[in-house]
Amino acid sequence: MAAYTINVNGEDQKVEVDPDTPILWVLRDHLQMIGTKFGCGIAQCGACTIHANGNAIRSCSLPISAVGDMKLTTIEGLSKEKDHPIQEAWLAHDVPQCGYCQAGQMMSAAALLNRNPSPTDEEISSAMNGNICRCGTYIRIHAAIKTASQKLS
Amino acid sequence: MKKEIPIISKIDRRSFLKIGTVGSAGILLGLGVRCTPSEKILDPAWFEPNVFVGLNEKGEVTIIAHRSEMGQAVRTSLPTIVADEMEADWSKVKVKQSVGDEKKYGNQNTDGSFTIRMFYEPMRKVGATAKLMLEQAAAKTWGVNVSECKAKNHKVSHSSGKSLTFGELAQAASELPVPDESLIKLKKQSEFKYIGKNQKIVDLADIVTGNTVYGMDAKIDGMKIAMISRCPVAGGKVKSFDKSEAEKVPGVLKVYQMEGVSFPTGFDKVLGGIVVVAENTWAAIKGREALKIDWEYGINRDYNTDSYNANLLKASNSNGTILRENGEVKKVLNKKGKVLDEVYTVPHLAHAQMEPPAALAYFDETGKCQIQAPTQNPRWVRDAIASQLEMDRENVIVNITLLGGGFGRKSKPDFVVEAAKIAKETGEKIKLIWTREDDIQHDFVNASGMHRIKVAIDENNKVTAWNQHGMIPSIGGTANPAAKQVGAGEMSQGMVDMPFDIPNLCLETHEAPTKTRVGWLRSVHNIHNAFAIHTMVDEIAEARGMDKVQNYLDLIGGDRIIPFDKMVTGFSNYGEDLANYPWDTARLKNVLKMVAEKANYGKSLPTGKAQGVTVHRSFLTYVACVIEVDLTEKGKIRIPEVHYAVDCGRVVNPDRVISQFEGGANFAASGALRSAITFKDGAVEQSNFHDYQVARMTDSPEKVFVHLVESDEKPTGVGEPPVPPFAPALGNAIFAALGKRIRALPIEADKLWA
Ligand code: FES
Ligand code: FES
Repeated sequence: MAAYTINVNGEDQKVEVDPDTPILWVLRDHLQMIGTKFGCGIAQCGACTIHANGNAIRSCSLPISAVGDMKLTTIEGLSKEKDHPIQEAWLAHDVPQCGYCQAGQMMSAAALLNRNPSPTDEEISSAMNGNICRCGTYIRIHAAIKTASQKLS
Repeated sequence: MKKEIPIISKIDRRSFLKIGTVGSAGILLGLGVRCTPSEKILDPAWFEPNVFVGLNEKGEVTIIAHRSEMGQAVRTSLPTIVADEMEADWSKVKVKQSVGDEKKYGNQNTDGSFTIRMFYEPMRKVGATAKLMLEQAAAKTWGVNVSECKAKNHKVSHSSGKSLTFGELAQAASELPVPDESLIKLKKQSEFKYIGKNQKIVDLADIVTGNTVYGMDAKIDGMKIAMISRCPVAGGKVKSFDKSEAEKVPGVLKVYQMEGVSFPTGFDKVLGGIVVVAENTWAAIKGREALKIDWEYGINRDYNTDSYNANLLKASNSNGTILRENGEVKKVLNKKGKVLDEVYTVPHLAHAQMEPPAALAYFDETGKCQIQAPTQNPRWVRDAIASQLEMDRENVIVNITLLGGGFGRKSKPDFVVEAAKIAKETGEKIKLIWTREDDIQHDFVNASGMHRIKVAIDENNKVTAWNQHGMIPSIGGTANPAAKQVGAGEMSQGMVDMPFDIPNLCLETHEAPTKTRVGWLRSVHNIHNAFAIHTMVDEIAEARGMDKVQNYLDLIGGDRIIPFDKMVTGFSNYGEDLANYPWDTARLKNVLKMVAEKANYGKSLPTGKAQGVTVHRSFLTYVACVIEVDLTEKGKIRIPEVHYAVDCGRVVNPDRVISQFEGGANFAASGALRSAITFKDGAVEQSNFHDYQVARMTDSPEKVFVHLVESDEKPTGVGEPPVPPFAPALGNAIFAALGKRIRALPIEADKLWA
């Protein structure tokens, strides 16, 4: 066990955990932030995607000992009023089915638009390929990212 | 599919009750829907109300959703139906999830694509009754005749122009008796306000903000996390184990052995193994990794996919058990003329719903077992816990969370029973978590399917004989050692209900022992049956030199209602009487013609691009499919367009029907392009998404067009029907583009250009 202070959604959080504990479980078990989901544990599905300094990362595969002073953002911190362009586009397209993968999808999509506000169809598909949706909402995810991107540019 | 036959009762006064108030004033109406004959036996009080709508003096309407939500939008669609008939304003409607209590809520088993099919009419009646009571309350208040009062958009108006809101009328309405059924008038289709219109899902805002609670998210103060190390071979057990290293992992609280069942395991029994209970999930994962276990693998240790399939193929040379026969197939096959003889194989598939199984269980101060779980079937959870923990089922309380996908996996209660057992054995509040590895390696996989089909074409280019040998492990074999091959009941999913008008026909199945837990997965046996049959249909068209659609229409023959129940002993029409849901070739042909027209089937496409077509009825819904494939880039299978024509009777929420088809196409694309569960020495060879692959965005069809037949027929389900016609349509398109015939799934893309 070791003590860590990590910055999540703009707030410093103190936890005492094993150094190899993935951030996913720190969020879910220790900080009671359950918006970030567990899907595979080995960086294959994207359900656990969060931002570290604005970039999409798989929180299941990032141990807390490697976080340092990174600024982490989770789905709970994406916006205060569900008015992030990605959230608005998700609402407009009624993207989710079961919804379980969607926090990860939205975090990946938001990170994509952070670094590339007008991605091509191919750039969207390759950026989103790490996020599985077993309900198969890919067509709407793709369309919603287009909508959000138009709004941004 | 576990069959439960819905019997919607006639509403009599006993089944329609006013059962109380909501808040300080207001009404709460309950309607009894009788569901299954078995329920009648289990629950003598089966006229208990099970569908609820409440209205309080603030005008807020509460509709209780009693079915499990897993992406198919039942939490939205069922309340929509009530609100429409009630003339409630949708923005004032709240949806609450019911607990699992079949005495109260009737059948809650959410699978078999039957939620809308079963509850469409009762939900309308509950809404219409509430509306009438509000009109009666207004009439009484004003001292006028009820025929002069009309409810519309959350208020009741009098012909003179005065009006009262629903909220203002709630108290008065609650004092009225429930009107007789004969007074209840349902809307005409043209009067629908919400039914047939798009409605966004009720959980949308919570999903986009990360505020939803799935089974994996359930929690309670003081809760511990449990994981189980299970034998890699279904039905095996622990020989010996060493827990010393596991117990050294910080946070691990307890390690012990749980007894399990041998094979056949059944559907609701625990597999057993070594349980690790820990303070948190990471400690449980690490503790489990540190275990050393010696297993006794049991009778399934000889299950090897390759040799198993080779044996099945040999069996197809002999005579099987005949499920359906007319004419003299074997004689005709030996005559002169063309004979096609091909083998089609589809592997086992895992559900791999995004949320692995998880459940919270604890015993409260009164000794009741409290459950929070993502279950498709709370009733079965209750029964299984009651019988395996030897307690009264009244003391098992099942709260249904959202489901992070189900696809049939979460209709089995095994994982919830595991949680309850650990809670009992440790005295702790337990959340049991399956990792993805647990999920892939211990699933109730879909049956694998091998079919050998022989077809005779005579000198007049007529198809004169069809002989099909099915070698398919039975779902029944998971529970019953005597079920060594599939029978007509299971093969009613797309094989024995083959609608072709062929003079000599013989459909038979062979022994194919069940060697792992086989269950039902989104469209079940239809997956391999449809793949084999509709690929062969395409091969027939090639052999006859016929247009693919014309060939289908010729095989289907004239418009008729096919009495499969008279032709096949043990036939099952998805649990429905054929008299109520007939097998209608006119509807089948109609969707085929519709899809051909909408997709512009036969349009000219550049080299490397082509279309494939199929048509299939499953779960009482008729679906035709045209897929356009683009193989111009070597090594890459692109799917620019999928067209579905769908006849599912009346449509409640068109956008959610469309989304089921978009998603169903992707689910089917996984099976067609990526997924296979294989066995070596009895154990599943795959373990996570790197080797059990599913469709990702780059595999996804780029566009899915859904063409809905306008229909006044009874509504039927759409969760499963998108899947069966997809893979064979894709294979047929690939043949049209490249001349390579696809007879095995998943398609090996790299070999297409070899
Ligand atoms: S849970 Fe992290 S990528 Fe799947
Ligand atoms: S919405 Fe269900 S997994 Fe994506």
